[in-house]
Amino acid sequence: MNAPILKLFVLVLLLFAALAGMTSYNSVIKAEDYRDNALNKRPQIQQALVKRGVIRARDGSLLARSEKGDDDIYRRRYAPGALRFSHALGYDYALTIGRAGLERSQNDALAGEDDELTSIVDDLSGKRTVGDNVITNLDPAAQQIALNALGGRRGSVVAIEPATGKVRVMASSPGYDPNSLRDAKVFSQLNRENTSPLFNRATQAGYVPGSTMKVVTAAAALDSGKFTPESTVVGTSPINVSGVPLKNFSDAQFGAITLTTALTNSVNTVWAQVAEKIGDDTYADYMKRFGFGSDPPLDYPEAQLTPSGVFDVKRQKPIAVDSGRVDIGRVAIGQERLRVTPLQMATVVATVANGGMRMKPHLTSRIVDADGRTVQRIEPEEAERVMSEKSAAQLTQMMANVVREGTGTAAALQGIEVAGKTGTAELNIPQRLNQPWFVGFAPRSSPKIAIAVTLENLVGAQGGTVAAPIAKQVMESLLR
Amino acid sequence: MNARNRELFALIPASLLVTAGFAAVFIQRDDLLSDLSLTYGLIFLALCLAAHLVLRMTLPDADPYLFALVAVLACFGLVVLYRLDEDFARDQAQWFVVGLIVFTATIVALREDHRVLERYRYVIASGGILLLLLPRLGSPTNGAYLSFNMGPISFQPAELAKIAIVIFLASYLRDTRQVLVVGARRFAGITFPPLKHLGPLLAVWGTAMVLLFVIQDLGSSLMFFGGFLALVYVATNRISFVLIGLALFALGARVLYAIRPTIESRVDAWLHPFDPDLYNQEIGGSYQIAQSIFTQADGGFFGEGFGQALIRLGNETPLLPAAHTDFIYAAITAELGLVGAVAVLLVYLLIIERGFKTAMLATDSFSKLLAVGLTSVLALQVFVIVGGVTKLIPLTGVTLPFISYGGSSIVANFILLALLLLVSDRARREAMA
Repeated sequence: MNAPILKLFVLVLLLFAALAGMTSYNSVIKAEDYRDNALNKRPQIQQALVKRGVIRARDGSLLARSEKGDDDIYRRRYAPGALRFSHALGYDYALTIGRAGLERSQNDALAGEDDELTSIVDDLSGKRTVGDNVITNLDPAAQQIALNALGGRRGSVVAIEPATGKVRVMASSPGYDPNSLRDAKVFSQLNRENTSPLFNRATQAGYVPGSTMKVVTAAAALDSGKFTPESTVVGTSPINVSGVPLKNFSDAQFGAITLTTALTNSVNTVWAQVAEKIGDDTYADYMKRFGFGSDPPLDYPEAQLTPSGVFDVKRQKPIAVDSGRVDIGRVAIGQERLRVTPLQMATVVATVANGGMRMKPHLTSRIVDADGRTVQRIEPEEAERVMSEKSAAQLTQMMANVVREGTGTAAALQGIEVAGKTGTAELNIPQRLNQPWFVGFAPRSSPKIAIAVTLENLVGAQGGTVAAPIAKQVMESLLR
Repeated sequence: MNARNRELFALIPASLLVTAGFAAVFIQRDDLLSDLSLTYGLIFLALCLAAHLVLRMTLPDADPYLFALVAVLACFGLVVLYRLDEDFARDQAQWFVVGLIVFTATIVALREDHRVLERYRYVIASGGILLLLLPRLGSPTNGAYLSFNMGPISFQPAELAKIAIVIFLASYLRDTRQVLVVGARRFAGITFPPLKHLGPLLAVWGTAMVLLFVIQDLGSSLMFFGGFLALVYVATNRISFVLIGLALFALGARVLYAIRPTIESRVDAWLHPFDPDLYNQEIGGSYQIAQSIFTQADGGFFGEGFGQALIRLGNETPLLPAAHTDFIYAAITAELGLVGAVAVLLVYLLIIERGFKTAMLATDSFSKLLAVGLTSVLALQVFVIVGGVTKLIPLTGVTLPFISYGGSSIVANFILLALLLLVSDRARREAMA
């Protein structure tokens, strides 16, 4: 009977080999996939056992901290001052609804997973027990002024330091209380609300830019060498653009005027002709240099960033400006199917303010460990040269004229020269629903702040009368 | 060096392991490295020494490695349980004392000649079946009738029944193995056993099927039936008998699958553990098996370290359900990694190898079949639970022998070990003579 016993043992060996094989499959071969499985909350729980770092505003005020529960799990608490920053901060409820905003993009630092040096120290004492702190560039006072000025209306304000890319204000209205999301039901309720309070309008909304787009057109015109601020174009109304008549605002008639005058008075027919002369290819190139067509390089989750550009609205797909299917004359004045984020428009004016060099925007100022040592300082980083310093200086001059004597006078500050451009996108002419805009920067000679302000669907509202005064208040606060 | 001296030396690593294990848990808990870890190690060593002395007096020639290997598993299990919950470890340690007493009693009672068991084979068989039917009086756990509550003690009769049934089969097949082979008929290319001897075999098949229907547990049925087939194969050396048996079992299992929702949902959970609907299903879903897999995924090659894996939160919410019983293998994988888990499997393989070796050395058919049967059910039990936990086969709840928490499991497996040692002592003595 010994032969069958031996065979039986071989069978047992095979069965055990299968067990060892399956164990390797689970613990090593497929382990990565299993850890990433959406049902697997273990990685998030592991992180929640570490005391998450705090998030602070630029002035050091506390925005978010963590508190340990009875079950050893740390849960996020947001300070009252964090309510105004709900979109920029986001939330961290990883075990229920997930993460968003800075809480998501800076998760590695906050959870204490990115820093090798302290990890070694922690390894000696067991496990990492506390994450790093994130200090942001956000300015509580200016942010509050922006939100007050929006006054609960749907809209957004973004303010950036031109030379550094520091995002000082990122307001999106309406907002929400991040503490309320602790209850997952509130989250799904807010998700269904038609004012979309969870939506960050500053980085995600696709708005019609209206005449603020003329800043891009002017940059392309000057920097391509085809025009100077003194070049003259006849501004009669209406003219034929791509086979359809195009009118000036109030059907105003202009003779042969300079580009400076055309910007000051926001003459549609002039800028449409300018763009047609520049051509699709060159215009598309300048848009790309300004950052249109791709996600802005912000330290923010990709899922909450929308690129700006011309969109096939029905299919939600971007269309290349040089594809030949785009009416370039209307793109130049911010019509067509152009959709932009407030962050993109703030980036456009910040680039002009910074002598034509586009900087990468960033919400984070530095990352500090629990003992107060700076682990990482986010230095200013160049994204791309969009235009020459000379072109930028010429454009600045033109934009200063807009605020001094043109459509943007409401943004003028006492004793500080402001450069800017207004916009009023007519969304629904019979109902007089407009999207008012103001984009600009100050002080003109050495710009410290660039800003974009816009509001959604306001009856009869004009950029110069509704958006420009908001920009004025916020800039005043930031320059004080 | 004689067998018992080798056993004594082999116990040293076991006691070192238990001491090191407790020390690791204490360090992890930031406690002072108290002499308590040494105390635990010493108590365990004393117990092992006592058992060793019993063996020295009663079974001087028995296999020297079996007891030491079991001691390694037992002390490892104790450390793992201690890390999961001190109360479990304390209970388990008490069960070890009981187990060792029963172990000693079995050896003392049968040391003259274990073959007296043959005389009582029908009593033992009926006793085994009755034991299996007992839980039917209680209420099912996860749809299976597995345990029987006597006051505070929850008792899993399947553990003892597996031994009773192996004794019966070994004895029965010793009598009939010749006629089964000689009287066999070939039909359509397959060798069938003679009809008049087929009766009892069909009775065993029927019993396994009844078990399947009554206790509704695929795991224990697989264990019993697998042990039965292993015995039939060794007794007759006819693969065809095994294939017929497997076909019949598969038929029964298929019918059960069709009519019992619990079996069906276990198979569904096995096939689609990460289906959100099954995962979120309140009863009988795939939550447990998915958690088991996710826990193992944290292990990697070398594990997260002893006491480091995420098993539960605070003092309540378990992340890995039944970590101390059914899913203890998943907890071991997470903490000690692939290396630790495979090491545990290797220790089982060594025990199984010693068991089969004992069977090969034994001179009489009953002893041979008894050793084969006991070793096979042990191997199958490990396969069923580790296979279930690792998603190789559908999950069914049986204990991981000598490691999982559970009194009846410890006691039954110590009886199994005693029987193997009894067979081994006689076989080796006769081989030396």
